[in-house]
Amino acid sequence: MAELIELVWILTKIGAILGPLILSVAYLTYAERKIIGWIQNRNGPNRVGPMGLLQPFADVFKLMFKEVVLPSNANRFLFLVAPLLSLMPALAAWAVIPFGAGLVLTDINAGLLYVLAMTSLGVYGVILAGWAANSKYSMLGAMRSAAQIVSYEIAMGFALVGVLMAAGTMNMSGIVQSQAGPIWNWFWLPLLPLFVVYWISGVAETNRAPFDVAEGESEIVAGFHVEYSGVAFAVFFLAEYANMILISGLAVILFMGGWYSPFHGLPVLGPVFDLVPDLVWFVIKVAGFLYLYLWFRATFPRYRYDQIMRLGWKVLIPVTVVWLVVLALMILAGFGPWFD
Amino acid sequence: MTLFIFYCFAAVLIFAATMVITARNPVHAAMYLVLAFFNSAALWIMAGAEFLGIVLVLVYVGAVMVLFLFVVMMLDINLEKLREGFVRHLYIGLPIAVVMVVQMLLVVGSGIMDPATLPSGDLPIPEDAGNTALLGSVLYTVYVYPFELAAVILLVAIIAAIMLTLRRREGTKHQDPGRQVKVRKEDRLRTVDLPRNQQSGSR
Repeated sequence: MAELIELVWILTKIGAILGPLILSVAYLTYAERKIIGWIQNRNGPNRVGPMGLLQPFADVFKLMFKEVVLPSNANRFLFLVAPLLSLMPALAAWAVIPFGAGLVLTDINAGLLYVLAMTSLGVYGVILAGWAANSKYSMLGAMRSAAQIVSYEIAMGFALVGVLMAAGTMNMSGIVQSQAGPIWNWFWLPLLPLFVVYWISGVAETNRAPFDVAEGESEIVAGFHVEYSGVAFAVFFLAEYANMILISGLAVILFMGGWYSPFHGLPVLGPVFDLVPDLVWFVIKVAGFLYLYLWFRATFPRYRYDQIMRLGWKVLIPVTVVWLVVLALMILAGFGPWFD
Repeated sequence: MTLFIFYCFAAVLIFAATMVITARNPVHAAMYLVLAFFNSAALWIMAGAEFLGIVLVLVYVGAVMVLFLFVVMMLDINLEKLREGFVRHLYIGLPIAVVMVVQMLLVVGSGIMDPATLPSGDLPIPEDAGNTALLGSVLYTVYVYPFELAAVILLVAIIAAIMLTLRRREGTKHQDPGRQVKVRKEDRLRTVDLPRNQQSGSR
């Protein structure tokens, strides 16, 4: 009986994470269309509901009632499993993300490693979708995106090694707690090159502009999910946006002090700003990073494929390797307010 | 409850492992191998080896199997041809399989692997240390030379593998990003002054 209650309690907590997450995905798509609209001097969606606020739901219902078209000669099983395979890791990684002090589903010691393992699984959905659809554009998109994800994972892994060295722990809450203090105490400052590398590879990992060659509309229609329609397409969409929120959340936890306010620990400002709940600070910071995603998309032209590979292998990875050595020296010397 | 979860994972693992060798479609076989890795990782985590379990997912599922899947998708493997020699090669395969099973039984069944009889080593293990941290501290203190040696061997293997496939073919067109980056506007763009009076017919 006790086990049953525990199980129900865990399921409740999972629901409390997934519900808001999926709602945020819905409104992230709305925010994306609105913000890019404003950047391009347009209004964005404004017809469904007040200020277009019901637009995401209209989209969801439209997609749900559309037919899921199976291409002839598609591998039926893998074709239908692929969207789920890309959604599963995007949701599973949330299990170790701390939203506030103690606000986490499972506080495991190897949290960072777990996140890295889960994000590395997302590539299967992409490859299988491209292959199972039996279409050359899908296949090209899948190849591009798989190569891109695998290469940027290395740079991202190295950036995370830097965080691991600085924090001395792989526990996500522990990483945040080791950054306790005002904004200049957070890891973005001593790990600035790694932070930049992490964010660039994060954008590349999620296949977002300017690294969205995987779905380069002008060249290969929509990349690996050309053949998907209806709910199957919606699941891919959900996975992509859940991954964007995940990468932003990780950036906040690893480099931007997680749930701490920017003035935490200062004489007068600190206690005042600490009145705002942890969760609110976390959400505000994540929203800031999500805005960067949208801003990038509205600003930068798409990278050429070979330039993406060059940036990943010949620029980002060497930068991380050099900075890991510098970081080790800084830690040895007990440099600044971070490593004393 | 734990036992029930263990048997669930174990059953899926054995099912997936069987399907790896019996599946007709090579991509299906590769995906079943991924499933098998995933379930064994779950079993390792249940046994308390969280680091090994997560690294199995990270390295084998996240990287090795992705490349494997690439190769399997690109090659047009005809499984019927591969199956043709099944009976013909049975007389070699069967003894090898029997020898391997006997070896495994000797190791697993003899009680060498029994946790009660395993030497615990002379390192004091603190109660609160996670298994990742412990592995790290042992690797970089007691076993630092073997560890570095293994790293160097792997590096040599990488360089050798790259050198084997690196050959410059004549006549291929490829871009030199260094030169592309260096290009300035003046190299590509020529502004021409057209004298005004040559534009005839406008007035």
